[in-house]
Amino acid sequence: MPVVQVEGVHKRFGEVEVLKGIDLSVESGEVVAIIGRSGSGKSTLLRCINGLEQIQSGRIQVAGHGLDASAHGLRDLRKDVGIVFQSYNLFPHLRVGENIMLAPRVVLGVSKVEARSRAEETLAEVGLAERFDAWPDNLSGGQQQRVAIARSLAMRPKVMLFDEVTSALDPELTGEVLATMERLAAHGMTMLLVTHEMAFAERVATTTVFMHQGKVWEMGPSAKLFDAPQTAELKQFLGGGLK
Amino acid sequence: MGFQFQFGAVFARSDLLLEGLLQTLQLAGMAIVFGGLLGILLAALRSLAPRAAGVLIDVYVELIRNTPFLVQLLIIYFGLPSIGVKLTAEQAALIGLVVYLGSYVTEIVRAGIESVHKSQIEAGLSLALTRWQVFRYIVLAPAIARVWPALASQFVLVTLATSVCSFISVQELSAQASNIESDTFRSFETYITVALIYLAIALTLRVLFAGLGAVLFPTGSGLGRLRGQSGA
Amino acid sequence: MIREFTQSEFIFILSSARWTLLLTVLSLVLGGLFGFVVAIARTSRLAPLRLLAAGWIGVVQGIPVLILLFLAYYGLSMLGFDLPPIVAASISMAFYASAYLGEIWRGCIQAVPWQQWEASTALAFSRPQQYRYVILPQAMRIAVAPTVGFIVQLVKNTSIVSIIGVIELARAGNLVNNATFQPFKVFGTVALIYFAICWPISLLARRLEGKLNASRAG
Repeated sequence: MPVVQVEGVHKRFGEVEVLKGIDLSVESGEVVAIIGRSGSGKSTLLRCINGLEQIQSGRIQVAGHGLDASAHGLRDLRKDVGIVFQSYNLFPHLRVGENIMLAPRVVLGVSKVEARSRAEETLAEVGLAERFDAWPDNLSGGQQQRVAIARSLAMRPKVMLFDEVTSALDPELTGEVLATMERLAAHGMTMLLVTHEMAFAERVATTTVFMHQGKVWEMGPSAKLFDAPQTAELKQFLGGGLK
Repeated sequence: MGFQFQFGAVFARSDLLLEGLLQTLQLAGMAIVFGGLLGILLAALRSLAPRAAGVLIDVYVELIRNTPFLVQLLIIYFGLPSIGVKLTAEQAALIGLVVYLGSYVTEIVRAGIESVHKSQIEAGLSLALTRWQVFRYIVLAPAIARVWPALASQFVLVTLATSVCSFISVQELSAQASNIESDTFRSFETYITVALIYLAIALTLRVLFAGLGAVLFPTGSGLGRLRGQSGA
Repeated sequence: MIREFTQSEFIFILSSARWTLLLTVLSLVLGGLFGFVVAIARTSRLAPLRLLAAGWIGVVQGIPVLILLFLAYYGLSMLGFDLPPIVAASISMAFYASAYLGEIWRGCIQAVPWQQWEASTALAFSRPQQYRYVILPQAMRIAVAPTVGFIVQLVKNTSIVSIIGVIELARAGNLVNNATFQPFKVFGTVALIYFAICWPISLLARRLEGKLNASRAG
């Protein structure tokens, strides 16, 4: 059974229909990149998957949880789905280690010792083991984003969502974040990422999805999609994207 | 509860309520006009006049803002006559309100003046305007536009503060309330009625000042945008 | 018989400041608790709660403290509570404080960036957990300076309860003035004592505000 299953999803903001019937499924261990112009609905789709946005019709199943459930059910789903945002959103009043320990402690109710070991482990995974006691404000953007990734990982999610996580970063800082994500993928994490980094998508993603005007316009194995785009829209997008 | 509301006795004295209301509105209106002008003048002096004058203004602002209006009123009403200045209660109340509001307006407008960008002033000076002209034509309007919401709430607060003038027997709304209360013994009904009148005044003033702000600093003039920023 | 304004009169006035301070503390604690509830309700997801809190703030902020005092005093006695003036005074001052603090703290809660709500939602926090661990700790930091600033208003407004017979600073000044007829000396003294209480609090509020702005800019 797929980890993420999206069927016939429609999403409107007022009068504007942003998602016009999306079907998508992600198998365990798969890395799916979603590309497309801004306004194509790709970020909205990601936010729908962990219930940050409500859908009008269709069905979303993530790690065995349905999305049409109650607030309580929604929280159960979010325990299994990590998301990392463009603007890191670390908790500024907590040190790096505390940022990571908070949700396991409060939401999952694990012991302090366990939370601490999870924090140390995930921080090491993103290459920031020595910054446990630092304040978020004293880290670079790239480091903050890696802490945000570690914060999500400490919940031991079954799938990770990445929403344009390098878009707010200076070019010289994107590399460290992408490398962290690539390592995660290599360790078998199921990942869904919205990105503008075409080279990264081509190299790391098993599958790439091109979204256009609220629809899945074209999808397939990354190598094939980038080498031989079928639709005029994707050709134009890739051509324009490379400049 | 055996208690029954009887507003009839209170409404029977609506002539007193009306008198009180007019006195309250008159006091508040004059306080807002003169206190507002005093505050703007002092804020202007503070940014234009020599340092010594600025220190004096600061002392005034700090003294008034850190003592109760009631005590200021008692000093004026009882103190000034003791050194030979004859005052009616209404005059003492008005002086007190103007002095009190003036200190708050000074502080608010000063913050507005400080928020005007230095490059604006330099632009004005480089056009050979005098410092006074720069202040009058370039600084003042944006400064007031920016702090207009704060000024408006201060005006509402001073209107409510006129009730304190009943302590020196000015026959405004609160004083009339206690007159009616001692006539009718319907304390709770009296004060509910008066509270509703004050509430109506406060709400009306809020709407009025919002409208006035929109007229004085219309959106699209640039000033409206400033007002919006500080109101956010 | 006219008395002189001597040391004993001064000490009488000065010692009455304890009632001013007690009233301030009582109304701050009571009003703070109530104001906290108002602020939480004002930022609730439930529209009726928001409306109720907004209504409370709007009503209390539209009525003079003096009238609030009478309403509490006579309203409570009408309900059969025969309260000592100091208690009635504290309750009415607490109502007053709850509206202003509620509004101040609403602003502080809403000053926390919405992304903090979103990030904690995504980490499966419940609404109470978000308040407790993520939003309130940040809002409190923002709230310190304006809250300290409001205490000055509270101290000053306790003078109004002199009218129901609590012998705090302002009332003590009145009593001494009636006996000595030296209004400048007497009320000047009263004013100075208020100033000695309020000014340091004002300075503290300003310093805290400066500190917060500096930490934000950095």
